[in-house]
Amino acid sequence: MFDKRLRLIGVLLLFSMLLPKSAAGAGCDDPLGCVEVGPNEPIVIGAMLVVSGAVSYLGEDSLGGVELALLRRGEELLGRELELVLEDSLCTAEGGQAAAQRLAADEAIVGVIGSSCSSAAQGAIPIISGAGMVMIAPSNTSPSLTNDNIDAGGSHLPGYFRTSHNGLMEGMRNAEFAMDILDAAAIATVHDGDPYTEGLARVVADTFADLGGDVVFEGAVNKGDTDMASILTEIAVSEPDVIYLPLFEPEVNFFAAQMQHIAGLEDVDIIGGGAAFVAGFPENTGEAAIGLYVSGPKVSGEAYDELLAAWDEEYGGTPPSGYHAHAYDAANILLDAVATAAVEADDGVLLIGRSAIREALAATENYPGLTGNLTCQEESPFAGDCATGTALAMFVITEAEVYDDNWPPPIAWNFETEPDDQAGD
Amino acid sequence: MFKWRTDDFSWVDFTIDVLRVIIVLGVVIGAWNTLSSGRISLAQWVNLFAAGLSQGSIYALIALGYTLVYGILLMINFAHGEVFMAGAFSTVFLAEALNRTGFLNAQPLLAILLMIAFAGLVSMSVAILLERIAYRPLRGSPRLVPLITAIGASFFLQYTFRGLYGSGFKAYPGVNALQGAIEIGGISIPVVQVFVFCAAIFLMLCLYWLVERTRVGKAMRAVSENKEVARLMGIDIDWVIMFTFGVGGFLAGSAGVINGLFRPQGVNFYMGFIPGIKAFTAAVLGGIGNIPGAMLGGLFLGVIEAIGPNLVLAGLGIPGANQLKDVIAFTMLVLVLIFRPQGILGERLSETKA
Repeated sequence: MFDKRLRLIGVLLLFSMLLPKSAAGAGCDDPLGCVEVGPNEPIVIGAMLVVSGAVSYLGEDSLGGVELALLRRGEELLGRELELVLEDSLCTAEGGQAAAQRLAADEAIVGVIGSSCSSAAQGAIPIISGAGMVMIAPSNTSPSLTNDNIDAGGSHLPGYFRTSHNGLMEGMRNAEFAMDILDAAAIATVHDGDPYTEGLARVVADTFADLGGDVVFEGAVNKGDTDMASILTEIAVSEPDVIYLPLFEPEVNFFAAQMQHIAGLEDVDIIGGGAAFVAGFPENTGEAAIGLYVSGPKVSGEAYDELLAAWDEEYGGTPPSGYHAHAYDAANILLDAVATAAVEADDGVLLIGRSAIREALAATENYPGLTGNLTCQEESPFAGDCATGTALAMFVITEAEVYDDNWPPPIAWNFETEPDDQAGD
Repeated sequence: MFKWRTDDFSWVDFTIDVLRVIIVLGVVIGAWNTLSSGRISLAQWVNLFAAGLSQGSIYALIALGYTLVYGILLMINFAHGEVFMAGAFSTVFLAEALNRTGFLNAQPLLAILLMIAFAGLVSMSVAILLERIAYRPLRGSPRLVPLITAIGASFFLQYTFRGLYGSGFKAYPGVNALQGAIEIGGISIPVVQVFVFCAAIFLMLCLYWLVERTRVGKAMRAVSENKEVARLMGIDIDWVIMFTFGVGGFLAGSAGVINGLFRPQGVNFYMGFIPGIKAFTAAVLGGIGNIPGAMLGGLFLGVIEAIGPNLVLAGLGIPGANQLKDVIAFTMLVLVLIFRPQGILGERLSETKA
């Protein structure tokens, strides 16, 4: 009996000596641990995008960009097959939290592309960062996400990067556009409570006030509102020269279309944010969209044309929103970081250190992406921002976008130039 | 009115009465502050009221579907918002085709009737299939079972239509005959709002005539009163229930087209969710199971949503008053449930029906 117990303890001891070695990985000295990829196993990438609900077009757009980036590499990296695991992060903090928990539980995932929305990122960042993973956002832009000052509302944590521009860059340029090019003296801002729209409205209002303008109305609508008569009446009473409206579809369509029926707002300009930079927006809004300004991603060049051709071949038609190129770049810098961080052990197992991936991403400098030369920054309020903000412009909707399916619209102001250079053009 | 003054003092009654006084004072003070400030002109108030009536008439049309089904089966069909979406989303393609051929603007009345008929048929088919496949097998089971099934059916329909037509937004084309405004005493009201209100009232009157003046309406009322006795009188209960779902579906589909003419944007698979919830609120406000109640509840909710934020909340100095529009709608629901649980026009239900 005693012998049997001794033998059992001996076997357990032997296993206990073997177990830690296989769990932590032989030869892995990364402080955050390593992802082990066996010789015949795939390298797994996570995606955390909005694929259901009213703004699912945003997730579809980014998912296409990621898939095309994988396809361009023959769906292989370092001799391993590339596998994509998709989770729906919705466009809410709860959705982001749930998606991040599912992805963080999968130890095979080397990094995550996402989230689509800033609200989802707020829920996801603590979980992804806590798991030692990285997430690269292709379309969220809230300034709070790259600000690590919690007292100032910041929510940045290590491991969060993004290829989309920071709302600070977009908001400040939008306010300059309103003041210097549209000659506006009074502005009204409207958001929908989402961190993205609220953040942009805040930056525009603050910048406009700093430039000497008057912020005459700061209000909000609810997601899902269809009747805007009440808020439009309130805005008309405050007599603005321009309305800043960073809302998503369909609220932005309802707002622009119903504005026509409100006395006092006939000559007021509207500036929309990147959320309205969707090919369907002018067509769905109709005549009311003509003359409306929308700031959004400006991507061009031969490589981008090739991406659009690949999109047409793979999915048919054109991408549903403007962030597919950012998602394409996000996937590419992640895959390059994985390739840099990976070390092949003697037994053919790839060891990919989690902090090594973070370091490789943070070291990204002048990466020639479709959206410009990407350099990932480390200092708050731009911690994790890899976009330079140059792939942005102010567009103006014309009849061609409303009636002839033209997209993208003509550029009213290129953000790379100073307002003074273009005022009066 | 003030029960707490009598000998049998009750803290509950006292609290409710205090709540009544606070609410009435809040409304009066808010409205007084707003009106005395003169910030919003009479023309703007009339415009808000007209827009609220139009929006409310769409809520009312959808609410009728909830109330009809509740009246006959005592169940809340939470998938009814999706029945509305099915008609509206399917017909946007017909509307685009009619616009491309020029028929929509050459024969606007005929084209709108065609669209309403098509949307009505689509929604009617969806509602009947829903009853036949999802609800009928569960008839007689505890009331929570069909309720949960309805929520599941709602998601099923949303994502089925997303699969069919995609996740992007579509918009109804503009109808030239409905552009412009009618001038009355210096106040202009958009033609489309007048059309929406009249069309909705006409459909509601048709329904009232169907239920009150026809044989099938009598059968519906009989089934609503007592299914077993109605069966003994030779009424085919299954057929009457299916017919009721069909009528509710037709009204929801029609509401989809009327909504498309009024608010052309935002047509997608998700568009039925919020109007569905609002219409349910309207049905409860009016007194669920009561047809004129659903109509009145819808109109009341539409108007309160339109003028409430500017009239009461802004007057009380509450910031972001417009974002609290839904708060007003659902607060109205809570208040009605507290002070008049049977709804504005509803009757107190007996234990078996409640």
